[in-house]
Amino acid sequence: MLPKKVKKRASLLSIFFIVSVLSIFLILNSLNKNILYFNSPSDIRLNKNINFDKKIRIGGMVKKDSLKINDQEIKFVITDFKNEIIVSFTGTVPNLFAEGKGVVAEGKLLDKKFFVANRILAKHDENYMPPEIKNIMKENAK
Amino acid sequence: MLNFFNNSNIFIWIEKLINFINSIFFALLLAALSFALIFSPPDYLQGDSVRIMYVHVPSAWIGLASFTCIALLSLINFIFKIKNFTLIAKSIAPIGLMFTCIAIVTGSIWGQPTWGTFWAWDARITSMVILALFYFIFIASHKLISQEERANKISSVIAILGLINIPIIKYSVEWWSTLHQPASIKITGTSTIHPSMLMPLLLMFLVLILYCALIFLMKYKTEIIRIKKKNLKRL
Repeated sequence: MLPKKVKKRASLLSIFFIVSVLSIFLILNSLNKNILYFNSPSDIRLNKNINFDKKIRIGGMVKKDSLKINDQEIKFVITDFKNEIIVSFTGTVPNLFAEGKGVVAEGKLLDKKFFVANRILAKHDENYMPPEIKNIMKENAK
Repeated sequence: MLNFFNNSNIFIWIEKLINFINSIFFALLLAALSFALIFSPPDYLQGDSVRIMYVHVPSAWIGLASFTCIALLSLINFIFKIKNFTLIAKSIAPIGLMFTCIAIVTGSIWGQPTWGTFWAWDARITSMVILALFYFIFIASHKLISQEERANKISSVIAILGLINIPIIKYSVEWWSTLHQPASIKITGTSTIHPSMLMPLLLMFLVLILYCALIFLMKYKTEIIRIKKKNLKRL
């Protein structure tokens, strides 16, 4: 059998560990809304009390064929395939910003359907492949 | 078996291991770097900036793995008081901190061209910074607390607390919406990284983990020498 001292230390440690796991779980749970880096258009739609003066981030996909660029602004639609938000933005966009790709826009909501961004971040997905493979996949899709 | 854990026996083994790693390290490093920087294809979206991944991802893995090792060793050490485990945990910490910092810095450099920002306080990146802080406090507790018994106790508690952070880092990209992309390499299921890029990544991982082992063994050796010296003084 294990010596008494060892048992005492083990039980002390397990209690300490369980308590700290529980407290961190509770902290994270209560912070849940704040840990989210961005909200999806559906979150915005479901949210009853939105503060329109506060800066927020919304994220999702840039809807296909929605990107319009003229010399004053860039306009596009962020979608999570359930709800959509129209975004207008003036400035430079990162290289990876494109239709059908992930995007995070930082700015203010005008209303629940219209968003004015002052910064655009591109979100990269988890797919890595060489360009030739991408071309082959495109061919196959046709 | 007991004889193996004798310090002078370990010392001889460390010497042998260091020599072995030294003999193969540079050849492997050259091979891995040439695959990662020259022979591997660019990404269809990111172009050549994908090559940062070959350093970033293995560093992050090693940072996480080292801390898990430290925490588990501390856990066993806290209960059973095995002197050698303290030394091992203490010797892993600096190289683990270095790789965690490399992961954060290379990630930030990669983030600028791809995301459009150097820094974002999203869940993955923040939890990674917290990991670096845990490493830092762990090392500092060994450096600042002069009484060895107390230093060991406090640092083990810190490491065990930090263990909770590890699954949070791993699953942060699944639990919360983050700017950081989810894992491409999955243990179960198909990976979303092309084999021509996976191969150099694993090679780089092998090289970096050998480097990590090398630094760890050197540090472990000095720790043993320090202990031996202390005994001599006491005699």
